[in-house]
Amino acid sequence: MSLTDNLDVRPGEDANLILRRATVLDPVAGIDGVHDVVVRDGEIAELAAPGEGGADGAEIVEAEGLHAFPAFFDPHVHLRTPGHEHKEDVETGSRAAAAGGYCGIIAMANTEPPVSTAADVTALREQARAGASVPVGFLATVTRGMRGEDLTEMVELREAGALGFSDDGLPIVSARVMRRALQYQRLCGGTIALHEEDPELSGAGVMHEGPVSAGLGLAGVPSVSESTMIARDAALAAYEQARIHVQHLSAAESVEVVRAAKAAGVKISAEASPHHLCLTDEEVRSLDPHRFKMNPPLRRESDRQALIEALRDGTIECIATDHAPHQTEEKDVPFEQAAMGVTGLETAFAALHTKLVMPGTIELPLLVERLAGGAAPFGLERPSLAPGSEANVALCDLGAEWTVGEDGYESRSRNSWCAGETLTGRVLVTVAAGQVAFRLRSFSLGVAP
Amino acid sequence: MKHLLAIEQLSREEIEAILDRAESFAEVGRRDIKKVPTLRGRTVVTLFYESSTRTSSSFELAAKRLSADLVSVKAAGSSVDKGESLKDTVATLSAYDPAAIVIRHPYAGAAQMVAGWTTAAVVNAGDGKHEHPSQALLDVYTLRRRLGKLDGVRIWIVGDVLHSRVARSNLIAFQRMGAEVTVCGPPTLIPRGIEELGCEVSHSLERLGEAEVVYALRMQQERMSESFVPSLREYAATFQIDTRKLNPRQLLMHPGPVNRGVELSGEAIDSPQSLIAEQVAAGLVVRMAILYELLAGAERPLPTGEGEGAGRPTPIGQPA
Repeated sequence: MSLTDNLDVRPGEDANLILRRATVLDPVAGIDGVHDVVVRDGEIAELAAPGEGGADGAEIVEAEGLHAFPAFFDPHVHLRTPGHEHKEDVETGSRAAAAGGYCGIIAMANTEPPVSTAADVTALREQARAGASVPVGFLATVTRGMRGEDLTEMVELREAGALGFSDDGLPIVSARVMRRALQYQRLCGGTIALHEEDPELSGAGVMHEGPVSAGLGLAGVPSVSESTMIARDAALAAYEQARIHVQHLSAAESVEVVRAAKAAGVKISAEASPHHLCLTDEEVRSLDPHRFKMNPPLRRESDRQALIEALRDGTIECIATDHAPHQTEEKDVPFEQAAMGVTGLETAFAALHTKLVMPGTIELPLLVERLAGGAAPFGLERPSLAPGSEANVALCDLGAEWTVGEDGYESRSRNSWCAGETLTGRVLVTVAAGQVAFRLRSFSLGVAP
Repeated sequence: MKHLLAIEQLSREEIEAILDRAESFAEVGRRDIKKVPTLRGRTVVTLFYESSTRTSSSFELAAKRLSADLVSVKAAGSSVDKGESLKDTVATLSAYDPAAIVIRHPYAGAAQMVAGWTTAAVVNAGDGKHEHPSQALLDVYTLRRRLGKLDGVRIWIVGDVLHSRVARSNLIAFQRMGAEVTVCGPPTLIPRGIEELGCEVSHSLERLGEAEVVYALRMQQERMSESFVPSLREYAATFQIDTRKLNPRQLLMHPGPVNRGVELSGEAIDSPQSLIAEQVAAGLVVRMAILYELLAGAERPLPTGEGEGAGRPTPIGQPA
C-alpha cells in the first residue's frame, strides 16, 4: 500500500527539483553515493551522476556536502485534535513533522472525545486534506471512548480509513477485551498498537522505579509494569494469530519479551522513542517536568543500552517520537502534578544524530533505516529513494549546529526534551508525497544555516 | 547559600555553619528577652499547603524572634481553594517583596520551582516525599549536642522509609556528618534501590543493638489499605521500638507526631534516652539559624547585646 493511499495531505504542486551533488543514502534500497537527485512531477525520476541531472526548468538545489535520505516516518504522534487544539492540531503538528524531515505520521486516537467512530475518522481525514503539510494517517481506539470495555465498530472504522487501532495513553487492562480485539482483527485488519502498562503495578508512579526515585521520594513505575503486559499480549497475539505493534518500549525486560516473541514467530513489531534512546532517569534529578516527565518514564542506563542493542538487531524496527505536546501551564507545576509527554518531531533526527551517531554508538545508515521503519508495521510502503518511487526526501546538513527552540517551534507547544540544547545535524528541505513540505528559511534564502 | 532546598545540596561545612549559628541562638534563648533585631523591617512569608504543627509554628516563632514581619498563608482557606496555581500564588506573595518564603507542599520539587519564580530566599519546609532539610538539620543539631560529633556513629532509621521525606533528608545529613546509616522496615516500605544512597538495608530489628541512635519514623494508618502492611498490629509486633528492644545506652529519636503504641511504645517515648522533646526545642533555634544564614549570614555578625534594639541597629528606612 503506497504511503498516500490511506494517509491524507493538503494537495499541492508536484515537486520538480534537482538536489545537485547530494550524498544520497538509502540503506534499504542499497543506495550510498554522490548523485544528482532528480525529482520530476513528484517522483524520484533518476539518480544522475553528479552535475549531470538535466534541469528541464526544475529548481536546482546546490546540495554538495549535504545528505539526502528517504524521508522519515513516525507511527506515533499526538496531534491533540479534537479537543486540545491549544496544544496542537493537524496543521501545526504536520508542520512540525515536515520540519523534522518526516514524510508521514500516524496520529493517536486519545483525543477528547477519543476517535471512536467512523464520523470522527472522516472528519479528521478532511482536516488533513485541508491543512496537513505531510501525509497524516489516523488510528481509531480499540475500545469505545478508551474505556477498555466494548470494542469500537472496527470494520466501519477501517472502511472510513482508520489505519489501525490503539488506545494509546492507556493500556487495555482487560485480557478478555484484548483477546476479543485480536480475534476481531481477522475481520477488519489493521494493526493494533499497544501502550503496554499494568496500572496495578504503575500505581501513582511518575518516574522509573530505582535508586533515583528512591532518592527523590517519587513514586516509581517498575520496568515489569511494561514487560508483564507485553508478555500477556504477545501470548494472546500468538494464540489468536493476530498482528500487534508495541509502542514506546522503555525497559530491558520488555526488549527480552519482544525478542523472544519474534523468535517464536509472533506477528509483533516494536518502536522506541528518541528520548528513551538518549536519556536515562538520572535526568529526573533536575525535577524538570518540561523535558523529563513522560510515560513510559526514562529508565536506567542498562535499559537504554538494551534499547540500542534492540535497534541494532531489529527487535525494534522503528523509531517513533511519541510527540506529545502540552502547554506551559500543564508543565509549570511540580513534577508529580505535571502532564506526561514531550515533543519530538522537530528534533528526532538531530538529537539521535548528535547523541548516538556522532559518538559512534550507532552508524548513520542504521539511524536512517529505523527513522523510516515506522511505515511497514502499519502495512505501508516504506519511503525510498529508488528511481520510480514517490518523492519522499529529507535533505540534511550533518554539520549544522543549532539551538533547539531559539527560533521557536513549528509545534504549538514547547515541551521539547531537547529545549535549549545545541544539536548537530539539521533538516533543510523535506519532500513528502511528492510535494515540498518544508524548507529551512535560512537555507532557502541562501544563508548558511 | 541563597536558598535551603535540599540537604543534598549542602556540604558538611555548610551544615556545620548552620549548627554553630543555632548554638548561639540557643544562648539568646536563655535570656529574658529572647528577641534580636536582625531581620527588623524584613518580611518572611510562610506558605503551607499541608498541615503542620511543629514546623510551621517553629518557623513562625523563629521569624518573630528575629524581628521579621511575618505573613502566614495556609492553602486551606486561601485563593488556592479557588484554583490559583502555585506559580500565581508565589507571584502574588512576591509582590510584598519578602526576604524569605518558607514553603511546605505535597509535591517533590515545589520549593525548587518556587525559587525560580521569586527573588526571595526560599526555604523548603517539606516537599512531598522528597526532602525536609530543616528537620534533618535540627536532628543533627540535637545529636551533635548530645554526642559531640556524628563521625562513626551508627544510626538506624526504622519504619516507613518509602513515604518519608524525613528519612531521605536525615539519611543524607547523617552520612554527610560522618555517621553510618542503616534503614530498616518491611520490604514493602523500603524503596527499591535505596542502598545506592550509601546506607545498609535491614528488614529485621534483630541487629538493632548495633545502633547507637535509633530514629523511628511515623507509621501512617492509611498504609494498611494500600497493602503495604497487613495490619498495624502485625507492624507493631514486628517493628515497634520498645524498652525491651532498646538498650539503655541507645538514644531514641522521632520527628513527630508519634503514634503511641505503633512505631514506639509509650514507655520508650517517655524514657530518659528519648530525645524527642529536645528535637522540638532544637527546631526553633535551628530554624532561626536557617533564616539568619539565608538573610543575614554573609552580611553581619550575630548581635551580641541584650535584647531588642541592642547590637548593630538596622537603620530605619533602609533595606536591611
